[in-house]
Amino acid sequence: MSAVLDVRGVVKAFGDNVVLRGVDLSVDEHQVVALIGGSGSGKSTLLRCTSLLETVDDGQVLLDGEDVTDPRVDADAVRRRLGVVFQAFNLFPHMTVLDNVTLAPTVVHGRSRADAREEAHALLTRIGLADKAGEYPDRLSGGQQQRVAIARALAVHPRVLLLDEITSALDPELVGEVLRVVREVAAQGMTIVMATHEMGFAKQVADTVCFLDQGVVLESGPPEQVLGEPVEARTRQFLSRVIDAGRL
Amino acid sequence: MALRRRRRPGPELTASLTGGAPGLPAPSQLELDRRAFRARRSRRSTLVALVSTLVFAVVVYVGVTNSPGWPRVQTTFFSLSNAREAFPDILRGLWLNVQVLVIGGLCVLVLGLGIAVLRTLRGPAFAPLRLLATGYVDLFRGMPLIITLYLVGFGLPALRLQGLPTSPFVLGTLAIVLTYSAYVAEVFRAGIESVHPSQRAAARSLGLSHRQTTRIVVLPQAVRNVTPALLNDFVALQKDVGLISVLGAVDAVRAAQIEVGQTFNFTPYVVAGLLFVLLAVPSARIADGVAARARRRQQSGSVL
Ligand SMILES: Nc1ncnc2c1ncn2[C@@H]1O[C@H](COP(=O)(O)OP(=O)(O)O)[C@@H](O)[C@H]1O
Ligand SMILES: [Mg+2]
Repeated sequence: MSAVLDVRGVVKAFGDNVVLRGVDLSVDEHQVVALIGGSGSGKSTLLRCTSLLETVDDGQVLLDGEDVTDPRVDADAVRRRLGVVFQAFNLFPHMTVLDNVTLAPTVVHGRSRADAREEAHALLTRIGLADKAGEYPDRLSGGQQQRVAIARALAVHPRVLLLDEITSALDPELVGEVLRVVREVAAQGMTIVMATHEMGFAKQVADTVCFLDQGVVLESGPPEQVLGEPVEARTRQFLSRVIDAGRL
Repeated sequence: MALRRRRRPGPELTASLTGGAPGLPAPSQLELDRRAFRARRSRRSTLVALVSTLVFAVVVYVGVTNSPGWPRVQTTFFSLSNAREAFPDILRGLWLNVQVLVIGGLCVLVLGLGIAVLRTLRGPAFAPLRLLATGYVDLFRGMPLIITLYLVGFGLPALRLQGLPTSPFVLGTLAIVLTYSAYVAEVFRAGIESVHPSQRAAARSLGLSHRQTTRIVVLPQAVRNVTPALLNDFVALQKDVGLISVLGAVDAVRAAQIEVGQTFNFTPYVVAGLLFVLLAVPSARIADGVAARARRRQQSGSVL
């Protein structure tokens, strides 16, 4: 199996602050990779480099074997093949739920309105929000907004879905409904890279867990190993802090 | 005036106020007392406001009409016969102002938006355009409108270039558009910058190009955020269109001036002034309404 997404030695600095010092990460088709690491360890930065919202300072990101960090590559065309969901939802407040979901399929992918609407309705039904199609985002709860954001990302049939701590802005009782949707999407074979603080969820859903620390992937492997019997002392330290916070 | 107007309650509010909604328990004595007190207090403050306004009006009226110069002021500024005579000409002049207002207003919107977008372009390739737009705004926002009017109105025709318009109507409108576009561009720019960068990131990550993102995601939100400010500028524009009279266009102000020159009675100015006020009142009320609606929407929207 060849990797859908291949991150090779990516370096990223903001001024003097070197956030990524050579990150390697390979994601196969239908695989779910969980990125864990302390706050400020660069999880979001890595995902933003992957979706070309930031330019890398060194290294490569390959999507289906194509080097998308090459400046000659059309960044818009690359982003069309990715789905991104942010911590803060970022739905468009001036558009209805349905318009949020159909925007990219119609405007970017040139699909007909009717076609896009039909699929959007199917997606919204899948996430249990068919009756909210005509609502504006600020009339929805956080959990509902985040589910719409997932539907919006899925509507373009992405090769990889990038999820950046999509439950950390939610009230605890709303986390479950969002994770249920992610679990279902993963079960249907979507390739996913997710930065997360939900270790329990990572354990259940992820095929691989990567621990990001001081700008590199310090440890990676199956969840039972990385989360259960970590080799590195720093991983153990991080996990014990997380356990103290009651998140495992 | 301190008359406080309550927002008319929507359907769901009415139900809870009357306490008759199905499933809602009948209000307790405590709540009934609170409502009675609120009603009493609001009646009392209405009364106080009414009485104080009335007293103030009477004092001003008596003071002005008893002043030694009043009879003379009355005949030179508030002469009914002069007003009647000047009215048709002034009204015809006002029509010219309205035309300048509508045409100029539309041009200002387009030009202002264009300049604002130019000023927000990033990247070294756009540096000249950005600089040009910034220079434009600095120039025309700093220049007094009256001077721009003189320069455009008398300077352009003096060039004697073929095809250049010479009518004071066109030149006056042009000068007003130049000045107001600079203001409106800044309003639009503030609106564009008020849209959180994460909105742009979300749109770009869906594959929308920079231009599509600006047009579909950023500008609609920006315009919505600055509509109250734009309406305020529109009200200002409404009276500034009277300045085209300095170029000799026979608008309401100029018509009044001609009348004054013939009779040496200043009533036509008062008539023209009142007509401008009447013209501005509806837009001012619309501006209030839009601002109030924007406030409500912001309050009702959840943060997360
Ligand atoms: N746009 C930016 N400008 C400057 N510094 C940034 C920017 N984005 C992230 N950083 C810095 O990069 C580091 C990693 O941030 P981030 O990737 O958000 O971490 P995480 O998502 O793992 O919490 C932090 O120290 C943060 O301050
Ligand atoms: Mg983050």
